[in-house]
Amino acid sequence: MSTLLTATPGQTIGPFYGYALPFEHGNQLVPPGAPGAVRLTGVVADGDGHPVPDALLEIWQADADGRVPTAAGSLHRDGWTFTGWGRASTDDSGHYSFTTVTPGPTTPGGAAFIMITVFARGLLNRVFTRAYVPSAALAADPLLASLPAERRSTLIATTDEHGLRFDIQLQSSATKPETVFLRYPGHRR
Amino acid sequence: MHSMTATVDTNPDAAAASQASVSAEIGAIESAYQRAGFEETQPRLDYPPYRSSLLRHPTKELVHADPEGVELWTPCFSERDVHPLEADLTIQHGGAPIGERMVVTGRVVDGDGRPVRRQLVEIWQANAGGRYVHKRDQHPSPIDPNFTGVGRCLTDDHGNYRFTTIKPGPYPWKNHRNAWRPAHIHFSLFGTEFTQRMVTQMYFPGDPLFPLDPIYQSITDQKARDRLVAAYDHDVTTHEWATGYRWDIVLTGATRTPTESQDQGAQHQ
Repeated sequence: MSTLLTATPGQTIGPFYGYALPFEHGNQLVPPGAPGAVRLTGVVADGDGHPVPDALLEIWQADADGRVPTAAGSLHRDGWTFTGWGRASTDDSGHYSFTTVTPGPTTPGGAAFIMITVFARGLLNRVFTRAYVPSAALAADPLLASLPAERRSTLIATTDEHGLRFDIQLQSSATKPETVFLRYPGHRR
Repeated sequence: MHSMTATVDTNPDAAAASQASVSAEIGAIESAYQRAGFEETQPRLDYPPYRSSLLRHPTKELVHADPEGVELWTPCFSERDVHPLEADLTIQHGGAPIGERMVVTGRVVDGDGRPVRRQLVEIWQANAGGRYVHKRDQHPSPIDPNFTGVGRCLTDDHGNYRFTTIKPGPYPWKNHRNAWRPAHIHFSLFGTEFTQRMVTQMYFPGDPLFPLDPIYQSITDQKARDRLVAAYDHDVTTHEWATGYRWDIVLTGATRTPTESQDQGAQHQ
């Protein structure tokens, strides 16, 4: 990859995006209760283990059959079109929640994951991570295989009665390991 | 990494330190950066002068990932998502907002200089008095009933965006005693791959608050900081109507080939 230009720097999302970025049904990639609907939920926490009440999360994922969505309409959802992208703020207890479908693998037999971007006051640039869907295919995933066990586990969602649970630890705390965040090619310091 | 946490109050509302002591911290980091001789282009996540970052920055190295699957693609937006009038922040209420009417325009390209076409750009900002329409902003400056400070648009076929708005004012915050943010407009940007997703802040040329601001200074390299500063452009300024600023945005390089990108573009139609 040849990159000619230097990327514009990021900056923190700050505390005041709440009236600007969230939108109606932003966290509902499918309507709650729709066939196949699952909840993806978790807590965002800091290095003291305290919840982060002013984080914004975005997810981007394939559909249940592993197809990458190409439909527009996320900002004015019609309830029928799966756009694959959603946005959710954390609440005062640091919880976030999406209603979506469990993504299928985009390559046959591959590991399926939901891509997550985290923004927060106090986080000077966005960070990326993956929430892997538990399955036998995870054993062969190159990224997971490259990590020690305690770090690997931070990337794997757990299942609960409603779907998937994925906590995000922005910084190691006394009781929880820091979530693995990702650097993609072209992401310079 | 935690050496500062023992001595620094992490309560964002404590406003304990003086500007002089925060400026000394900023200066020490800048000096160390210049001695190190390794060019940085992005903000540091670990930047103690910005107190809110102390407990919220990852301490481990970011892990290299080769993008795959959805990471090579991006959410699509269209006229279904954004109305053209959403690009004018001065017409969202019954009257005209107070302040300096301005146009901000520019081009969104990827690291190879390719325009990011038909993609979503979102902005939000304080009003002319430095006040946000947000319940957590209790700064005693008036809310303008004619200004919300939120805009959206889609880039055109050449990657251009354009907003009409009011020049935002600087505002105080509680990072330290007498802390003031330089005037800025928040920008939220998407590329042709979701790994290019970014949120940043656009500043105005010559702001005297630049050297004092830990968020701006968290970018340790002056050339990189300069990339966040718009240029006054008299060709954008319009007769008897609005001043004009130009600010171009470069996203990180895309990994898909241009041919694939065009295919993806075709699917958006």
